[in-house]
Amino acid sequence: MKTLLIGEYREGKLLDTTYELFGYAGQLGAETALFLVGSESQLPAFGGTLYLADALACGEYNPDLHKQLVLDAVQKENPDQIVFLHSSYGWDLAPRVAASLRIAQISEVIAIQEGGFEVGCCNGKMRRSITPATHRAVITIQAGAFQGVQPGGTPQVVKLTAESTGTMEFLGYEPAEEKGVDLSKAEVIVSAGRGIGKKDNVPVIAALAKALGGELGASRPVVDAEWVAHDHQVGTTGQTVSPKLYVACGISGAIQHLAGMKKSDFIIAINKDKDAPIGEVADVLVVADVMQFVPALTARLAR
Amino acid sequence: MKILVCIKQVPDLESRFKPDAAGVWFSDTDLAFRMNEYDEYAVEQAVRLREQLGDSAELTVLSIGPDRVVEAVKKALAMGCDRAVHVQDTAVHLKDPWQIASIIAAYAGDQGFDLIFTGMQSQDRGSAQVGVSLAEQLGVACATTLVGFEYADGAITAKRELEGGIKGVVKLRTPVLVTCQLGLNTPRYPTLPNIMKAKRKEITAIPVAELLKEEARTTATSFHHPAKKGSGLILEGDVGDLVEKVIGILKEKTSVLR
Repeated sequence: MKTLLIGEYREGKLLDTTYELFGYAGQLGAETALFLVGSESQLPAFGGTLYLADALACGEYNPDLHKQLVLDAVQKENPDQIVFLHSSYGWDLAPRVAASLRIAQISEVIAIQEGGFEVGCCNGKMRRSITPATHRAVITIQAGAFQGVQPGGTPQVVKLTAESTGTMEFLGYEPAEEKGVDLSKAEVIVSAGRGIGKKDNVPVIAALAKALGGELGASRPVVDAEWVAHDHQVGTTGQTVSPKLYVACGISGAIQHLAGMKKSDFIIAINKDKDAPIGEVADVLVVADVMQFVPALTARLAR
Repeated sequence: MKILVCIKQVPDLESRFKPDAAGVWFSDTDLAFRMNEYDEYAVEQAVRLREQLGDSAELTVLSIGPDRVVEAVKKALAMGCDRAVHVQDTAVHLKDPWQIASIIAAYAGDQGFDLIFTGMQSQDRGSAQVGVSLAEQLGVACATTLVGFEYADGAITAKRELEGGIKGVVKLRTPVLVTCQLGLNTPRYPTLPNIMKAKRKEITAIPVAELLKEEARTTATSFHHPAKKGSGLILEGDVGDLVEKVIGILKEKTSVLR
């Protein structure tokens, strides 16, 4: 079994998540080669073949051009699997490669199974087993599902170049919003999710945060709905936190949220849905109506 | 300008899911269905563009599935789409993302859409493949995961959401397909007059057999609950008792009450 791993590079840096691809390949027991649109001045710690295109020439995000480069590497390497991270780069590029090669794609793999792959579905509540119908397949792996592994060594570089074919013009990056609240330093975080029902209920969650001497956090839907400011958002596109205590109030536990808080020392979740995926990471799942339980707990703490 | 928005009807994700008889997808029984949340942002953005362009634009909404998906289509019409296409398919859940994209491509192929909107992914399957695959099959440019969208003079400026809150800004000329992320805009609620108006809008039904030309490239073999990791404690019962239990746990297992 041979894998071509598609590494990631952004704002002039090799992304650490690239090493999760080696964790996946290790579990598969597969040979590895790495593809990267990056820089010769930042070679990954890997002793195998590196198909390298220059990000200054090819752009960090130029999917039509990157597709051509991946296809070139596939032709040279002849892999059984082309493996991406399920990220803003991977989920964008992987289907283009699969379409060009006319092969199966399996998205957001969380485990390798006999003859196939396990993927999440229904917002992380359920699982499916999927088998590719083509011999060769494109895979994207879920962030954090496979532990990062640094193989070590210095790669043998095979340089790739391609003529620009894309019609896309990259205008630049916009930095993340200023953080008014640095949740990464908080010892206690009490977060509000959609299950709190409405904006008017946010102070009830904030009151529990205050009673526990902590900060208010939030899941993505309540930030999108403008119930809570963006600098309180916990998750992949917000802040990654690891407090001593994390209390999730009415948060079902989308993977993007779990990835941002599952390293907390102790997690209490309050949710009326016993099957909510937050239960997978919680030390304690309180099955209750958030708006009944939280005020009662706050009142008890004040006594 | 011709605009297409592709939507999916999904179950309420708060539901309890049970495998169907074949054991490869959920059983429809006792589930409430609604428009995929990502697609609500796609419809809203398409309607805003339609409003920006006025009568020089026509906005079509498309959905694939059994008769119940017409409910989601009607909502999109009430939000402001001009006309609808219902691709009738009672076995859509057995098709893989490549086939779904191929069905839409077969419909859209000779229609000359300048802009196509889709959700970034569905809430139930979440493959994030259909939009990009559709763009590839139609041979049009594509940008994914949009949290910002502007159109002017035959080009769009799109803001893509990247990890850690960073955004990447790109410019693309039409024809183009974009996939919409949560938070792109604030989807409107259909008003009663618009719901009434939508009843007179045209819904064209097309049997899927007329559009399906591709074989599946993946097969689902099982739909199941995650294996319980088993470490978590589940507490149920009277709220007063639950509070006392949680206070006990906080004292015993954490240092926050000392």
